[in-house]
Order: sequence, then structure tokens, then C-alpha cells
Amino acid sequence: MTAMSFVYLAAILFAIGAAAVLLRRNAIVAFMGVELMLNAANLVLVAFSRMYGELDGQIMAFFVMVVAAAEVVVGLAIIIALFRARQTISLDEPAELKG
Amino acid sequence: MQSLIWLAIAIPLASAAFLLVAGKRADAWGHWVGVVASSAAFLVGAGALLEMLGQDAANRATTLTLWEFIPGSDLNVNVGLLVDPLSITFVMLITFVGTLIHFYSVAYMEHDVARRRFFAYLNLFIAAMLLLVLADSYLLLFFGWEGVGLASYLLIGFWNHRNEYATAANKAFVVNRIGDIGLIIAMGMMFAAFGAVDFTTVFAEAPEASTATLTAIGLALLLAACGKSAQFPLQSWLGDAMAGPTPVSALIHAATMVTAGVYLIVRSAPIFNGAPNAQLVVAVVGAITLLLGAFIGMAKDDIKKALAASTMSQIGYMMLAAGLGPIGYAFAIFHLLTHGFFKAGMFLGAGSVMHAMNDQVDMRRFGALRGVMVITWVTFGLGWLAILGIPPFSGYWSKDKIIEAAFVGEGWQPWVLGGAALIGAGLTAFYMSRLFFMTFHGKARWTDDVHPHESSPLMTVPMIVLAVGSAFLGLFMATGDRFTHFLEPVTGHAEHHDPVIPIPVIIALTLALVIVGAAVAWMKYGRADVPETAPAGSLATITARNDFFQDGVNRAVFQRPGQHLTRTLVYADAAIVDGAVNKQAHGWARLGEASRKLQTGQVRSYAATMLVGVVLIALIIVVGGL
Amino acid sequence: MVSEVLFWIVAALTVIPSLALLFAKRPVHIAMSIVLVMVGLAAAYVGLGAPFLGVVQIVVYTGAVMMMFLFVMMLVGVDNAEDMRETIKGQKWIGFLAAGGLGILLISVIGDASIEPRLTDTVGNPEGVAMILFSEYVLVMEVLGFLLITAAVGALVLTHVPRLTPRRTQVELQAARVLAGANPVNKPMPGVYARHNALDVPALDPQGQPIEESVSRVLEIRRQTQDGQEFRAQLEDTDNPDHEARPHGAPSRDADTRNTRDGEEPK
Repeated sequence: MTAMSFVYLAAILFAIGAAAVLLRRNAIVAFMGVELMLNAANLVLVAFSRMYGELDGQIMAFFVMVVAAAEVVVGLAIIIALFRARQTISLDEPAELKG
Repeated sequence: MQSLIWLAIAIPLASAAFLLVAGKRADAWGHWVGVVASSAAFLVGAGALLEMLGQDAANRATTLTLWEFIPGSDLNVNVGLLVDPLSITFVMLITFVGTLIHFYSVAYMEHDVARRRFFAYLNLFIAAMLLLVLADSYLLLFFGWEGVGLASYLLIGFWNHRNEYATAANKAFVVNRIGDIGLIIAMGMMFAAFGAVDFTTVFAEAPEASTATLTAIGLALLLAACGKSAQFPLQSWLGDAMAGPTPVSALIHAATMVTAGVYLIVRSAPIFNGAPNAQLVVAVVGAITLLLGAFIGMAKDDIKKALAASTMSQIGYMMLAAGLGPIGYAFAIFHLLTHGFFKAGMFLGAGSVMHAMNDQVDMRRFGALRGVMVITWVTFGLGWLAILGIPPFSGYWSKDKIIEAAFVGEGWQPWVLGGAALIGAGLTAFYMSRLFFMTFHGKARWTDDVHPHESSPLMTVPMIVLAVGSAFLGLFMATGDRFTHFLEPVTGHAEHHDPVIPIPVIIALTLALVIVGAAVAWMKYGRADVPETAPAGSLATITARNDFFQDGVNRAVFQRPGQHLTRTLVYADAAIVDGAVNKQAHGWARLGEASRKLQTGQVRSYAATMLVGVVLIALIIVVGGL
Repeated sequence: MVSEVLFWIVAALTVIPSLALLFAKRPVHIAMSIVLVMVGLAAAYVGLGAPFLGVVQIVVYTGAVMMMFLFVMMLVGVDNAEDMRETIKGQKWIGFLAAGGLGILLISVIGDASIEPRLTDTVGNPEGVAMILFSEYVLVMEVLGFLLITAAVGALVLTHVPRLTPRRTQVELQAARVLAGANPVNKPMPGVYARHNALDVPALDPQGQPIEESVSRVLEIRRQTQDGQEFRAQLEDTDNPDHEARPHGAPSRDADTRNTRDGEEPK
């Protein structure tokens, strides 16, 4: 069992996260799908770091985490603002992007 | 004064602009402004003439460059005025007759509410016509050409509340446009051949150009001349143009504007001299028109339309002369000058008659006006004698020379052209006498409500002046070939040729025909009773009465096929050119509609699109092994 | 080498809870499942020789990010279960097919990849990470600091609602209430009986009549109130053996007569 197995695992998690973004109407849930995708990427970075015996992968994963934290803060703020404006966080409601 | 000749154009133009914008407050005195402007133009012209007469015959052409019009390009055109014997002749004719008619109009239009506007148009016409004859390039001439066309259109349709008058104005405008195309094409060919459109360059280079080029230019110029001068086959507008007030008919459609075509041909003499075929066409067109006009004139009962037909016919004489080459140019202009006087005089007389007869124009309801309108009768009679060509009145000196010149040449040409001119003289005598006798002699066939009276001095004085001109101008000019020599710097010296028939024989024949024509007219319309309604008449009479069905012919030959052609082109344009473009545009619009459906506004659909795209690209990369 | 046991535990701990993202209805359940996933990933990091990241994962994700999600859920309403019926035509199929296709594609690519692992087996340690972080990547660290501050300020700006009217003090509120005709004194307390905490039973006035306004208005709206008469009857009925048998401390008749909230199972 090598670190490669974790890469497979990460691929599965990434696909699940992507499916969540597509299928869930609740903005918070879709957002959690995005988080899962980020974490899957992190797992790949750490696994490769392990495989190559370099620490840079971990550093990258760390940066991803920091950026994800910042992104979560802003994203959740946007969700709250959306909720205040529309009394809902359903992704189907703000159909103002309609052409 | 020659350097100030631009004032002759500027003053009437400024007066026209002033009268148009001055508004109602100028209604009471505005017409006098017009008269003064026209008189000032005459004084400027007279000064220039006197200055010119003081110069050597060789130095009489002066070019006055005002400003650069189209500078610096391949086509370099200046706004310049050319003062030479030919143009000064026209300036004098236009301003003198024009001023007389301005005076006449003050009385004639006295009761018209729009008299100020009428004088504005008249002044505009004077300015444009002077620009036409004084221009030193074809392009500037074209401006005057269009300007007189505009003034003519405005004045024919002056009473445009009458539908048929407005239609007549439109007709004149449209027919004139056909001629204008000829002038534009001629200018284009000149630019292509000589790289310039000013007279100096074009005439200097014309002798070197090929005959074909010169013939093409000449024919295009002839088309322009036909449009403006109502020559066959573009003659149809002149009769209807009589819808305008009678002073307009006298000034524009008898004395000046319609002769612009003759001016164009004579001015373009160096071009025509190099193109004998074009000259022949000019002469033939003139001959056809002079007979056509004469036939129409014989059948018309409307006094103005009969005079219009006569104008057409007389301009046919001038064109015939212009087509004869150097021997005819001077006579063409000479006849133009005398015709300007006697025809304007007769039109003014007709206006005076109409004024007395409650604006009736049907000669069958005139008659016996000699007693009540003595001055009109005498002045009109002098004009009548002049146009008949009775010596020593003006017409004799000019028309007889044309007939003589027409008989000069070889082969069939002198016989055909001279014969036409000779027959035309007889016909002219008949129809003018018919007109004269029907109007002034015989029994009174007046309608009950008319009370004929002589017109006011303001109208009769110009008529008298013109009648004096009709009587003696020809004699004065012809004495010692004075006028021919005067024009020689422009028209060139003509070698003397003997006609195919001896000159005394021609003169005798002409006079005999004239007398026969006048006598027949006296028998039929002077002594005999004239029916108050027109008899049915023979086929020939009906044909002539309907202007040789010119409108129908135009409709069948030009309008209908033109319409069909236009419709076909429009259809082709819509179906093929527009069709392709529109179909393409519709295609894009439909594509847009289709892609708009993709734009659902659903965030998740967008996310799905992105993911599907990513998967597809990845698939291509993986499977394609890129 | 990585322990096989660890891998399978991690796999089970991540894939199964993450499926909640697709199939669970209540956001809170999903959030808790994701917490599990994050913990599983932390375990994987530790197992892959990155203990520092494992700790950071626990602290940042489970401790901060997921808790923030939960707070937001509380703000926008915890218990609104999502209707799982799909509203966009074909979205379900597109979603599953695209995500599944992506997964298969990724796995096939990973299967094709031939990476020769270097078995140096260097275990990532906080010191090693710190050495690289503060030497090679120090500038990135600084930039990340800016990013975090910007994000914090951005969140404040996004969620800040400006006050349009001046804040009213308690004194003003009281004055307004009195002006509106409110009773200046306290309402009477609800009735208290020996065997019941009786917030839902009105007090009795000296004539023995219940005072309606002594019961909280909230209970009235929920229709969880009782009147004194009924309760007295229950009190007199205590020797009924049926009631004694009930495990509840509350009087037996109490539960039966109470109208429960809509949609909840009666207890």
C-alpha cells in the first residue's frame, strides 16, 4: 500500500465534492462540496510530498488551507448577505444571471 | 468693372437670401429690392461690357479666380469667372431682359400674396444663370446649371397648391435630372481624359484627344443640353412648364434658361470641333426639334403652350446652327439673343393678354383684341414680325443666316438640314400668324365675364423696350457682321463657304414660304371665323395637339421599362444581396436565441457546464494523448 | 510505506461521510459528516508523515471552518431540510455523469501515471516545515497575512448592516411603552401549584378566577396553556391508579390534554 492509494482516494473525494456542487441547491451545502474538493487536492499534495520525500507539497497544502480559510470567511459572508437580501440561500433563486 | 463681375452674381444671390428670410415685414417693399438687385447686376454687366469693348479683340477674355474650390488633389478646381465676349453677351441678355421682367412682374404679381417669394426666386435664378454663363470650369458651370434648375422648379411650381402645377414642376425637375447626368458623365470623362474640368485646360488639350473620346464627351454634353433646352427627346417638360407665372415663362422658359444648352454646346466648341459625328447629332437633334416644335405649335390653342412650342422650335434652330460648327456658332448665339428679345416680348404680351382676359389662355376665346390693347398689339406684332423673319426685323438677320449656314456642306447633310430649316421657317410663319390672328384679329369670341383693358405702364414699358429690341437689335448687330466679329475670339473664325443653293435663292425661298404660311394663317384664322371650341381635327392635328404623345411615348419607352428594371433590381437586391446578408444575420440571431436558452440564470447549470467542459477537455487530452 | 489499516480506516472515514453531501437532507447532518471527513483527512496527513498539517487540518477545518458553517446555518435557519427533488431538468443526470466521468477520468490517469517513489521516508516535521516556510516561502507567508486580513475586513463589510435610525435607549423605550398605554406595573406571575412547574397555568385572582394574562403569550400562541379548572380536577383525581403508572413526573392527564406542536410526534 503506497501513498498512491491516497491519490485514488482524493480523486473519489474530488468527484463527490463536484457532484455536490452540481446537485445541491442549498448554498452552504454546495460550499461544503467546494471545501471537500479543496481538501481532496490537499490530500494529493501531501501524498506526493510523501512519495517524493519533499516538504514542498506540504507547504503548498498549508497555503491552500490558509487561502481556503480566507475564502470560507468571504463566502459565508456572501451567503449571509444573500440571505438578508432574499430570505433564502437556495442557489436556484437568484436567477438574475438569466440571459 | 470686369474684376467686379462677381458682384453681378453676389448681389442677386444676397437679395434672394434676404427676401427669403426677411419675412412678412418685407412684403410691402421686398419686390423693389429684387428689382434693384437685378438692375445692379445689369449695371455691373454693362460696365464690364464697356470695359471689354475698350480692349483689343484678342485680349477680351479675362479669367477672375476667386478662390480655390477643390485644391491640392488630382482634380484641382478653382472658383473662377470667365469674362469673354460669349459670356458677356449672355450676362447682358440675362440681366437686361431679367430686369425688364422684374419690372413687369411687379405689376403682374401685384395681387399675389407670395410676391416677395416670387422675387426671391427670380433673383436666385438671375444669380444662378449668371454663375452658369460666367463659370470658368464645367464644375462651377454645373453649380449654376443646377441652380437654374432649382429656380425653374421653384417657379414652375410657384402656385403649387394646384396639383397639376406641382406635377409640372416635378416633371421639369426629373427630366432635367436626366440631362444633368449627361453633364456629370461629361465631366467625369473630361477628368479621365484631360485630368481637369476647367475650360482653359480642357480646350487646350482637346485637339490632341482622340475623336472617340471627344465624340463621347460631346454626346454627353448634348444630353445635358437636350435636358436643359427641351430638345428632342427630352422636350416633354417645356410645355407643362408653362404652369409657372407668365414672367417666369418669358424669362426662364423662353429667353434665358432654356438656351443654356445652346450656350453649353457653343462654349464647348473646341470639343465639338474635334468630333464631327457629335456635331452631326447635335444638328440632327436641332432639326428634329425645330420641326417637332413647329408641328406642336400649329395645333395648340393654349397661347402659352403655343409659345412654348415655338420656343422649342427656335431653340432647335439654335442647336442646328451650333451643330454646324464654326460657321454656325455665332449665328446660334445671335439667334439666341434676338430670340431672347422677341420671345420674351411675346410672352410678356401673352401675359398682358391673360391679365386682361382673367387669366384665360384659350386662344379660341380671344380675338379682336387689337382695338382694346393697342400697345400689346403693336409690341406683340413686332415680335411676330421678328420671329417670322421679315426683313428688317431682328429675326430675319439671325434666322436667315442659320438657314444659309444649314445649306453649307457636302452630300445629303445640307439638303436635309437646310430643308428642315427652310420648312421650319414656313411652319413658324403659319403657327405664329395663327396665334397672332387668333388673339388680336377676327371677331371677339370672349367669354361673357371678361372686360379687356390695356395693362398698366409698369407692364407695357418693358414690352415696348423688348419690342424695340425685336425690331432693331438684329439690324444693329448684323450690320457689318458686328456681332459675329465680336464673338470671333470664342467661336473661332469661320471660313466662308458657299451654300449648295445660291444665297439670294435661299432668301427668296424663305420669304416665299413665310409669306405663304402667314397667308394661309390669315385665310383660316384672320378672315374666316374661328370656332369657339376646337374641331375634332385630323389625326395629324390630334397628334400635334397631344405633343406627339410624348408623355405616352416616354412612359412606354422609358418609364415602364425603367420601372420594371428598377423593380427587378430591387427584387434582386432584396433577394440576393440583402437576402444573403439577412439570412446570415438571421442565422446569427437564431444562434443567439439558441445560446440564450443555455443562459438559464441557474448557477448550478453554469457549474454543470463548466464541469462538463472540463471533463470533455480532459477526455480529449487523455484519449487523444495530447 | 503506509499502513494498510490506516488507509482503509481513512478511506472509510472520508468516503462514507462525504456521501452525506449528496444524499443527506439536513445541512447540520452534512456539516457534521464533513467534520468527520476532515478528521479522517487529518489522520491521513499524520499517516503520510505530515503531523503538522494533520494538526492544522484539525484546528483550521474542524475547529474553525466547519464551526463557522454551523454558525451560519444557525443564522439562516438550522432545521429547514432541503427538498431533494431536482428542479432543473436533467441536472441530476448531468451532475452524476459529469462527476462520475471526472472521477473515472482522474482514476484512469492516476493508474497510467508511473511515479517512482523515492523511499527516503523523510517524515515531515513541524521544524522542517517551519524552516522552509520562513526561508523560501516567507514572502508568500506575508502575502497570505494580507489575504487573511483582507478576507476578514471583506467579511465585515459584506455582513455589516448600517443603522438607519439612532439607537433607542431603555429610558426611551420605556417612555414609548407608557405612552402607548401599556400597563406600568408587572403582569402577575403564572399560577404555581404543587405538582407542576405551572408556567402554563394561569394564576388565580382573589375571587378564584384565572387571570389570562399571567400566562406567557408564547404559550398561548402555541396553545400550550391550560386553565386552572381543569388542573384542579386533575388534582382531585390523583388516586386514580392509571395516572400513577406513568413514568413522567408530570401529572398524567397533563400530557393528554396538551396540544402538541404541529408536525411533532406527541410524546
